[in-house]
Amino acid sequence: MRMGTQSRFGGKLPCVQFLATAALGVVFLILSSSQAANALPAFARKYGLRCSACHESWPMLNYFGQKFKDNGYQLMNDRDAPIWQNASYWPITLRITPFWSRESVNKVAVDNTATGEAKMTTTGFNLGGLDILTGGTLEKNITFLLVPSSDENGAFHFESANVRFDNLFHSPWLNVKMGKFELDSFISEKRSLTLSASGGGYQLFHFIPVGDGNIFGQVGDNQLGAEWMGHSYNDRTRLSAAVFSSTDGSPDVPYGQNSYTAFFAGSQAFGAGKLGVQRIGGYAMFGVAPTTYLTSDGVPIPGSGIGNKSFSRIGFEGLFYLGPKLDVQVFTQHGSDNAWFGACYGDIISGTCDPANNNTNGATLPTGTRNPTWNGAFVETHYVWNPQFTIFQRSEWVRMSQQAIPGTPSNLGDIDNYVFGYRYNPFMTSRAGFAFHNEYSWIRQRGTSPVTGTDLSTNSVMLGFDFDF
Amino acid sequence: MNKHMQFRMGFLYLALAALCAFPVAAQDAPDVGPHPPQPMKPMESHIGKVTGHAKDAKMNYRRYCAGCHGDQGDGNGENAVWLDPKPRDFTMATFKCRSTVTGTLPTDEDLFDTIGRGLTNSNMPIWNTFSDQQRADFVAYIKTFSPRWEKEKAGDPIKIPAEPPVTIESISHGKALFTKLECWKCHGPQGKGDGPSAATLTDSKDQPIRPYNFAGGGDDSRLKCGSTNSEVYKIFITGVDGTPMPSFADVIQPNDAWDLVHFLRTLQVTRHSKENDVLKAAGGKIPAYVEKQSEAPASQSENKAAGGGN
Repeated sequence: MRMGTQSRFGGKLPCVQFLATAALGVVFLILSSSQAANALPAFARKYGLRCSACHESWPMLNYFGQKFKDNGYQLMNDRDAPIWQNASYWPITLRITPFWSRESVNKVAVDNTATGEAKMTTTGFNLGGLDILTGGTLEKNITFLLVPSSDENGAFHFESANVRFDNLFHSPWLNVKMGKFELDSFISEKRSLTLSASGGGYQLFHFIPVGDGNIFGQVGDNQLGAEWMGHSYNDRTRLSAAVFSSTDGSPDVPYGQNSYTAFFAGSQAFGAGKLGVQRIGGYAMFGVAPTTYLTSDGVPIPGSGIGNKSFSRIGFEGLFYLGPKLDVQVFTQHGSDNAWFGACYGDIISGTCDPANNNTNGATLPTGTRNPTWNGAFVETHYVWNPQFTIFQRSEWVRMSQQAIPGTPSNLGDIDNYVFGYRYNPFMTSRAGFAFHNEYSWIRQRGTSPVTGTDLSTNSVMLGFDFDF
Repeated sequence: MNKHMQFRMGFLYLALAALCAFPVAAQDAPDVGPHPPQPMKPMESHIGKVTGHAKDAKMNYRRYCAGCHGDQGDGNGENAVWLDPKPRDFTMATFKCRSTVTGTLPTDEDLFDTIGRGLTNSNMPIWNTFSDQQRADFVAYIKTFSPRWEKEKAGDPIKIPAEPPVTIESISHGKALFTKLECWKCHGPQGKGDGPSAATLTDSKDQPIRPYNFAGGGDDSRLKCGSTNSEVYKIFITGVDGTPMPSFADVIQPNDAWDLVHFLRTLQVTRHSKENDVLKAAGGKIPAYVEKQSEAPASQSENKAAGGGN
């Protein structure tokens, strides 16, 4: 077992603390599913198109919506420039989701029980975070997206903030943006149809092995950097490359002095007769993040990180239409972190790892430590009964293929996640979006309960009103 | 998963299924809102080897088109009130961009191309994200809205002769024709869409309509019905049905139409084109057209009205 292992610093990593950290990580992943999704009725108002023109079921984009986004939120006609808009036009959308939910966790740390754990179930009315989405054209072929986003308690951050120069030299292959943005994947967690606590987010987009200290490694969080993106005229072929700071989107460069990550993506769409237009693609992310920090009174100094170690994420993605009503999204990932991350070196700034895990001179890894690696996949299906009523499911699996520390249970941290539900839009116009959303989700992570280190599972039932205007 | 959990999950699945049924049962059908007339006509379209079926486009029409063109295809979708120009009324079966002579139905390929090309100077986007099959299905669906498609056949496509070389003479002659045919009355002397009649124009549904502004497109060479010279030529011959733009098929000869095309390209002053290259090489000014003896003279006053079109 990983817990209780004697660390090379002579201290013992306490079992409870270790597992509590892991459990907190899971909870964080779950809560982080409150995501800033991009579905802007302001765009629909601008162009006079129904939400369904761009969204399979909002906020999930269809092919036409993807092309619109790839053109810098432009239809590439003479109505793109702001000069065409009524002077009172204000490209702002507000989105929030009031909901009732039932959340159940099979094991939480409690006092006065034999195992130190007990099941806990909570029901009640709740509120999702607020997204303020504003985007569009500053001028023809100069576009922006700004998304101040708050959690349910009103703590704001900037989910997205970028400016993009589109169609440079009149070529759709030359589009450049800088700022904070979502990594280029046509399977977008930001536009996922799932919202519940246990199933709202894609686990693969945020997966870090249990005990791993990598600051970064996430393909799901918006990042601070610059991106080149190019596509064919009809968007059949898409390519992109981005470079960004390995800060997981945090401003002020709080970790490494010179730590960057690169992300590459490409995809190709092709017609398949009556089945529709299919798209397949792949992505690769390679980056480095620090493991060594200057300290002051023993406290690591933000932004001082050096000793970069590497990590990578690569995978396949596909969006397959099986006729006008059924589509299937497939996403896979093979991930690998450097052994130093696997031994929980890296993020001693925000407290993921013990501050003693500073990769200074003389630091050595436990014998046999190797790169943690894993594989994962999810399959998400949407049955679009009609543009107003969509039934969805997602099944997701993450499996560790190699633990960093020898002797660690091979399945520690493995995840199974199942979600299903529906979204029903009582009306469909170009003015606003409203969906009655009902969802059930269940997730289990192996060996991460807070005290006994057994399997931790949670499930959610959610009924909500998802609206944006 | 232990049995307890399995039972619980089973219960929750059932509960969820019941909840799913709620909004469905609350309606006669989950597919709310107005619908196209039923039963749908079994209309087909034929584009090359692809056969489109109207029934296969029903849902996509509602998703992508009905907001503007209306569920009944009458151009009265909920967005129509905000749009200028107004969306096409498919019940009239009158289409602007055709390869067929004025007054006839367009070919399936004409509609197919229009969907994929979009219509510049309107809110009609470029729908080239659909597969050929999907576009063909749309064409078939559009044809269900008017009985004309059951009673008439599409017109025969016009023949487009090979384009003659661009010369300063052809541009000059085109300019003279622009004056003689009074194109300037709507399109303006410089082709800016500001001719003396421009403000009075209406379409076949009495909606105000603006003549095309050739000078306003920047480097964008797209015109309403295409971007190539052949497509501009086609407009002269077929006219733009439903608008005041007539067919000149009975008025001008093919070579005259090509000359007019060459001149119109020079009105797109910021666009890189062979016509503008020829004009630049000639010193940037279009010389006065010297009539051949066999041609009717264009009046001096009309030439003056056309002004320095370049």
